[in-house]
Amino acid sequence: MGDETVHALRGVSFDIHKGEFVTIMGASGSGKSTMLNILGCMDRPTTGHYILDGEHTEKLKRDALARIRSQKIGFVFQSYNLLSRTTAIENVELPLLYNSKVSTAERHRRAIKALERVGLADRMNHLPNQLSGGQQQRVAIARALVNDPVIILADEATGNLDTRTSYEIMMIFQELNRQGKTIAFVTHEPDIATFSSRTITLRDGLVKKDIINENVQDAKAAYEALPPPEEFEE
Amino acid sequence: MSPITLIKIALRALLRNRMRTFLSVLGIVIGVAAVIAMVAMGEGSRISIKEQMTSMGSNAIIIMPNRDRRGGVQMESTESLEEADVIAIRENATYINGVSPMMTVNGQAIVGNNNSPTSLSGVSADYLKIRNYEIEDGVIFDDTADRMAKVCVIGQTVVKNLFPEGDPIGKTIRYKNIPLKVIGTLKAKGSGDFGQDNDDVIFTPYQTVMRRFSATTNIRQIYANSIGEGYAAKATEEIMGILKERRNWTKPTDPFRVFTQEEMIQMVTSTSDLISLVLTIIAGISLFVGGIGIMNIMYVSVTERTKEIGLRMAIGARSRDIMFQFLFESVIISLLGGVIGIALGIAASEIVKTFFNMPMSVSITSVIVSFAVCFATGVFFGWYPARKASRLDPIEALRFE
Repeated sequence: MGDETVHALRGVSFDIHKGEFVTIMGASGSGKSTMLNILGCMDRPTTGHYILDGEHTEKLKRDALARIRSQKIGFVFQSYNLLSRTTAIENVELPLLYNSKVSTAERHRRAIKALERVGLADRMNHLPNQLSGGQQQRVAIARALVNDPVIILADEATGNLDTRTSYEIMMIFQELNRQGKTIAFVTHEPDIATFSSRTITLRDGLVKKDIINENVQDAKAAYEALPPPEEFEE
Repeated sequence: MSPITLIKIALRALLRNRMRTFLSVLGIVIGVAAVIAMVAMGEGSRISIKEQMTSMGSNAIIIMPNRDRRGGVQMESTESLEEADVIAIRENATYINGVSPMMTVNGQAIVGNNNSPTSLSGVSADYLKIRNYEIEDGVIFDDTADRMAKVCVIGQTVVKNLFPEGDPIGKTIRYKNIPLKVIGTLKAKGSGDFGQDNDDVIFTPYQTVMRRFSATTNIRQIYANSIGEGYAAKATEEIMGILKERRNWTKPTDPFRVFTQEEMIQMVTSTSDLISLVLTIIAGISLFVGGIGIMNIMYVSVTERTKEIGLRMAIGARSRDIMFQFLFESVIISLLGGVIGIALGIAASEIVKTFFNMPMSVSITSVIVSFAVCFATGVFFGWYPARKASRLDPIEALRFE
């Protein structure tokens, strides 16, 4: 932005394998946002390579990156980013609108299926403001699933949620991972990282730690271990 | 992304902000309705002027002596027209099919206790043809047989004023103490462009006026009729040639003045064309302002939906998908405004026509052009906001609050 060139990431190198559930941790300014943007093909590395599903992305143009995002990536954001005044199912269908190969009927069918996977099939005609935060995030996860991406990228996906709901969301992510989905989950909460199979910690643009988590916590068990909900839950 | 999907998305976004959409549409509606109505008014008055002028005799040519200025005093030129000129024109001119002298005497026409302040026109039978007068009853005088005869042909207003009991044929009108026998009546023509009553007329052979009333051999005006539209200039040139030849005229200036009805029509219509052009431009400006309204609202919309744009891009929308999404919105606004505006403009024209009795004529061309202009307005004014939207950086856009 300014005159000074700031390298958000430098000399970072790692592989994420199919079926992994990686959490990316780091303090603000550690470069995790830049990392996520590159992983999500929203940005390109100035030097170096990013190979997604066998495809080099560093030289691709805007439209080609959009195509990759449309077909290979599913995003889940901290603030859900659902379209307001748009039903859950329409929100979930949205990514498929940008894929001309998918027919209207197919789109609808896949959206229902994605909502079923996050347990919201009965809420598909609800508007976002009729859903709780956890439910909205589940709609967003369904939206990230609907194009059957090679990787799901979550950006502080539990950041706006209380612990109980966070664990619920992590249960869904773990379940998706068990079904074979590759997940990269950016977070700064250490307890969230314990649900993943690997944690990459960034610091000042460098990989500080890259640890395989030998003792993956089960989100369901953690959820059940929580004290019973207070009266005004959500 | 298919156009139908884009239209659906655009419609949904527009319906989400009903009031805002309505106001943007309204801007276009007013502009288009104004254009349609103004063009209809201009077109209507043009047609009506033309009709009235034609009824007066659109091919008429009037020749009269030049006015000279001597010592600051305007006076008739020494060159005067005479009967021989009329005969020469009648015999030699090829671009005309009628010629008549025109001499006017002012006075009162009297029958018994009734009188009418109608001027007496000395003409030849051709004059009635030139001015499109038709005989209602009786006959027209014959130029050769009725030379100096004390006969007349009268219009319907004169019939009404002087012969309230009807049946004027064979009766006698006294004009300046000279008795004139009515031999024919004319069909009603109504009033002319300038409010004059075309039926308040008494026609008599020109020789009668020249000898019995004015005691002159000079003719004040000659009326001629060109053979058709577009021949006025040629006919004028030809007549002037004949008149010059008879006088061995060598001066560079013309000895007589000539007015043609074609010129008159052009003069009047060009004035009304100018007025309608100005009105149409003003209406066009209001359409332009409507377009600016769209642009404004689209800019607001793009800014407001920055986050949505970022999301759409993140999940795979290409720049052009975003561009078309917003472009469709502005085009839908403008076309909707166009359709309603056209309907309203036509309705307004009809209302004005019916209740204010003004000539209005909605032209198909103006409807088609308005619609096309609306489409262009939508694209033109939607372009920059849409482009701005399509060029957003998805990362920045998603971060926008």
